[in-house]
Amino acid sequence: MELSGIEVLFAGSNFSRLMGGLAVSVRVSALALLIGIPAGVILGALWTLPSRAIDLVLRLYLEFFRIIPTLVLLFLAYYILPRELGFRVDGETVAVFAFALWIAAEMSDIVRGALISVPVVQVEGARALALGRLQQLRYVQLPQSVNLIMPATINLATRVIKTTSLLLLISVLDVVNVGQQIMEANRDRYPDAALWVYSFIFVLYFLACYPLAAAANRLEIRAKERIHG
Amino acid sequence: MAESLLSVRNLTKSYGERTVLNDVSFDVPAGSVQVLLGPSGSGKSTAIRCLNGLETFQSGNIVFGGKPVVQTEKAWQQLRTRIGMVFQSYDLFPNLTVAENIRLAPVKVQKRGREEVDAHADELLTQVGMFDYRDKYPRQLSGGQKQRVAIVRALAMKPDLMLFDEVTASLDPEMVRGVLEILLGLARGNMTMIVVTHEMEFARRVADTVLFLDGGKILEATPGEEFFNRPRSDRARRFLDSMAPLSEQEAPHLTAESA
Amino acid sequence: MDFSVIQQSLPLFANAFMTTLWLSVVGITLAAVIGILCALVRYFEIPVGERIAGAYEELFRNTPLLIQLFFLYYALPTLGITLSAYSCAIVGLALLGGAYMAGAFRGGFGGIPRIQTESARALGLTKVQNARFVVLPQGLTLSIAPFAANAIFLVKETSIFTAIAVPELTNEARDLIGMYYHTDEYLLMLVIGYAIILVPLSIGLTFLERRFRSGAFGN
Repeated sequence: MELSGIEVLFAGSNFSRLMGGLAVSVRVSALALLIGIPAGVILGALWTLPSRAIDLVLRLYLEFFRIIPTLVLLFLAYYILPRELGFRVDGETVAVFAFALWIAAEMSDIVRGALISVPVVQVEGARALALGRLQQLRYVQLPQSVNLIMPATINLATRVIKTTSLLLLISVLDVVNVGQQIMEANRDRYPDAALWVYSFIFVLYFLACYPLAAAANRLEIRAKERIHG
Repeated sequence: MAESLLSVRNLTKSYGERTVLNDVSFDVPAGSVQVLLGPSGSGKSTAIRCLNGLETFQSGNIVFGGKPVVQTEKAWQQLRTRIGMVFQSYDLFPNLTVAENIRLAPVKVQKRGREEVDAHADELLTQVGMFDYRDKYPRQLSGGQKQRVAIVRALAMKPDLMLFDEVTASLDPEMVRGVLEILLGLARGNMTMIVVTHEMEFARRVADTVLFLDGGKILEATPGEEFFNRPRSDRARRFLDSMAPLSEQEAPHLTAESA
Repeated sequence: MDFSVIQQSLPLFANAFMTTLWLSVVGITLAAVIGILCALVRYFEIPVGERIAGAYEELFRNTPLLIQLFFLYYALPTLGITLSAYSCAIVGLALLGGAYMAGAFRGGFGGIPRIQTESARALGLTKVQNARFVVLPQGLTLSIAPFAANAIFLVKETSIFTAIAVPELTNEARDLIGMYYHTDEYLLMLVIGYAIILVPLSIGLTFLERRFRSGAFGN
């Protein structure tokens, strides 16, 4: 007899294709975070230097990524990058590159904010002990900022994961894209397939993001307690 | 006559319109203890902070160990290996243990061996009675204990000059004495020290010279005992009076009999 | 950079800009209303409503707008409800935005010292009066900065509507590039279009953040 909507999900290779799309999302997010976060930490530390030039450049860099919608960013990268780099880059690489740049910008702001929130007396104490600028950052400011940086970083990571569904629109296989394809193929036979497939994807994303958001929340509360408690 | 370890000449510092230090000059002979006294806002803290580069000054000069000081962070960073400072807030690095706090700068900046640094640190900690706390974290210590560790942390660098900026002002009364005893011990050991303090009894006992500051100017540079017995200026006399404990004759209205 | 191309496409982009602007304004307004309601419900701890508001906020904050849109546009018809692309866009933005705004206002309301509402109740004010004269004025003031931040976020989210062919800025750029291939010029117009809306908003937000000091690191 005719299969009901929910069975579309598990028929044939549909499920594995959906999971494959999810894998791409995870891969792109993970790579972009792996590159962007360390880059952002370095930029954030740099930003604490008393240089107007650095301040201006980094501020513009950050604002650029804040003004542009992520989707537009992906477009810009997709159309401009291959030309600049001179060779063919596939959609996935473009996405990783674009996201990494964005992540670095956000991280630099997070890190800078955390670093300058370390009490002045701590930094003065370090200076009085003849620690140089780099040493002050490494041994005093960064260790004392980690508790603040963590939740914000997890928050950022959550946002990145949520955004990967955008990849659909520049023809990189993704959970949603695969979902689309499945439905196209099954439209006549399983009319309510759409409902099930999208519900499933909905739940998938929710399951991925909710625990992260909750963890970030708890970390933030604990960090605040440590400062004021 | 001991030669001056530190010479300050015509130090002037302003914040915009406000002049905080006005043509301040003094000498610090090696092995001596200079005590900076004065009412609040007289510029004592600012003055001492100029001596290790935490504050900048607009005019005047400082000569340390025979060499004039250039006001760049890099130059100061070098000098700070020879000039130690202890602050009013007994902030230690919260993420490090006591031992790690003390060990950090000597190893990372002076590039000394860890064993040697630790041995020296242990000795100093024992002298201040904090040896048992080597592996504790700052949050496990009281204010007085933290301040003692802070002093050891500065001494671990084997400085030629020690600066103390109101180091007992934030402590509970019962801990003040312990810390002051340490400072007295250092003075007896011939450490060159510049001390900003409000503790008059202590100042009297420890000072070789009293530098009395008011309104950013040095009004007096008088040998210790003499300052407390016979201050040379009127302002100093009034300052000393205001700092002395009240007796019944002076303030009968504050004793139990009053209505 | 070919300026005649820019000139010719200007009217098209102007229309698309207005669509984006309109969607943003409507979306932000609806989101704000939903958000305030949710925040009030949770603040006054109204029994059933509190649960619903909480679930709503968690659910819609943690799923991407795109998925919600597809759900509305492709999945709902199978249940017999068919909405135009435009309507889907507004509903989606309102639902997602509402969840984010709820979070923002909840934070703002949470900043009101408890003593304020307790005093109000002691004086005999009803819940509605309490809301009107005590909670809202103070809560809204505290929420201004997060509200502005979310507004900026929502404006940017409108770019997603291109997925269901709503004629907003991003869609316009995609169409034109697809037809005429002048990527540089159209991308430039696209970026400028968003910048016109978002740069003033961003400056406003920075100004508000400084004034109201509701920063992330517990100032």
